[in-house]
Amino acid sequence: MPEHEVVRHYTEISLKNHHVDRALYPLGSCTMKYNPKVNEQMARLSGFAGLHPFAPAEAAQGALGLMHELGELLCEVAGMDSISLQPAAGAQGELTGVLLMRAYHRARGDEGRRRVLIPDSAHGTNPATVALAGFEVVELRSNEAGRLDLDSLRSVLDADVAGLMLTNPNTLGVFESEILEISELVHGSGGLMYMDGANLNALMGIARPGDMGYDIVHLNLHKTFSTPHGGGGPGAGPVAVKARLAPFLPTPGLKKEGESYALDWDRPESIGKIHGFYGNFGVLVRAYTYLRMLGRDGVRETAEAAVLNNAYMSARLEERFPLPYGRGMHESVYSGAELKRRTGVKTLDVAKRLLDYGFHAPTIYFPLIVSEALMTEPTETETREELDRYADALIAIADEAEHDPELVTGAPHATPVTRLDEGRAGRRLDVRWSFDNDA
Amino acid sequence: MSEIPESLKYSEEHEYIGPTDADDEVIVGITDYAQGELGDVVYVELPAPGDTFRRMDVFGTIEAVKAVSEMYSPVSGEVLAVNEAIDEDPALVNSDPYGAGWMVRFKVEDASELEELLSADAYRLLIEE
Ligand SMILES: Cc1ncc(COP(=O)(O)O)c(C=O)c1O
Repeated sequence: MPEHEVVRHYTEISLKNHHVDRALYPLGSCTMKYNPKVNEQMARLSGFAGLHPFAPAEAAQGALGLMHELGELLCEVAGMDSISLQPAAGAQGELTGVLLMRAYHRARGDEGRRRVLIPDSAHGTNPATVALAGFEVVELRSNEAGRLDLDSLRSVLDADVAGLMLTNPNTLGVFESEILEISELVHGSGGLMYMDGANLNALMGIARPGDMGYDIVHLNLHKTFSTPHGGGGPGAGPVAVKARLAPFLPTPGLKKEGESYALDWDRPESIGKIHGFYGNFGVLVRAYTYLRMLGRDGVRETAEAAVLNNAYMSARLEERFPLPYGRGMHESVYSGAELKRRTGVKTLDVAKRLLDYGFHAPTIYFPLIVSEALMTEPTETETREELDRYADALIAIADEAEHDPELVTGAPHATPVTRLDEGRAGRRLDVRWSFDNDA
Repeated sequence: MSEIPESLKYSEEHEYIGPTDADDEVIVGITDYAQGELGDVVYVELPAPGDTFRRMDVFGTIEAVKAVSEMYSPVSGEVLAVNEAIDEDPALVNSDPYGAGWMVRFKVEDASELEELLSADAYRLLIEE
């Protein structure tokens, strides 16, 4: 087979899918920013790509040095003292963090702390993590501004609370401006503060979780730090902590002795290993490259541009898609409830119709406290022209819903496959190639 | 607009309770409004015949594209039968909630609990809020 046939085959397949190299990818809470190609070049350097995971530390000084330096950079951004780069994603970072919480309380002989507090706006992985770690979930209310309700918090704080998990800015894109008081309350009752760092893109270089009173934070390298989300992985969700939690971090840690780096297995109080070897090393190289390319000022400008782009998007859309909790920082949660009431067109239909306009669908029906939620996070990497193209598409769809609702409820029309029966697709998954189809 | 048949009774948790040929047996499912709010139903977990529930016990879960919700028993009683067809085709709950999308047939333990359910008018007021 000639080379160009193979190239064409893969190019065609890549065009059947949507990816950030094609157009804006507006999933909210996921930070689908562009992944610079220089990241790929660095990850492919043969000294990194060809390194055997069993190579002795003396033969892997460059890789260990990179990990050590990345850890320091991330701690600086997070305002924390120590870090583990092992966890493979946000959700696994959460599990690591909650296991750290458990280890911390146990080491103090404080065994009665069975409950972890989570606001009703939280991402589903938060309660799932807490349940998996053997804790009980307590749901806290959000107030009218979309922030954690302090009375709701006060009413449950007790000697049985292990900690609070709070995303900041939260999943409505709203900054928890009472965070210092919240931290004080939680610490006052002996609990720990966990930050789900999925939304750090709004803050990095400007405000640090550690300074807000958080004790533990996970960072999603595949969101904030421009590494690929992959087809379900691999990613990386490093967990950074304050010094009092450092003894419990996963093994092995990293240490610098003079001018050389070594793996540190001597952590008797560690929660143990969380991932094979040292985590997803290739992802770490990409995130390191990203941070070094940006530099200190670039990190800050990135967050500023992410917030600016979202302010622009919100201003363009809020008339047609209201914002029940106002404009968010880096992402906003619009409601399609009014549109549905008037036209029968649901947010799901709007999302499907966006595919016809050449965009990936936004996040929908999350967070659960916004009815017919449509969450969009434009990220800093998009130009004003691309933001306009997306806003124009959503406005055009709102018009279609008024004049020709069936066009929207029947979408998508232009994709390789049209509307799927999601119920059946979930139960009778059929992803195997059948040679009988080879027409 | 959601369909709210006059002949049925309703719970605040968006279940309907329908009559059968036997006085102390009822059919329970979720309302047209509830299925519309949930969106495409992808999985329904139902109890087994013989299971018993108190009023407001969780008797099953319903998974839609958006979220998983629990279903609360509108009356106390025993499960006599469940609709096997929605296991195979959960979309029946969307397409025909009051017919082919029914869920459970209950033997009612305490008929006075039926008095506490909402009429069609009362349920309409509830969802218009
Ligand atoms: C707020 C929040 N928390 C946690 C996660 C889970 O992260 P991951 O997908 O890396 O496991 C996500 C992912 O979208 C998220 O948005």
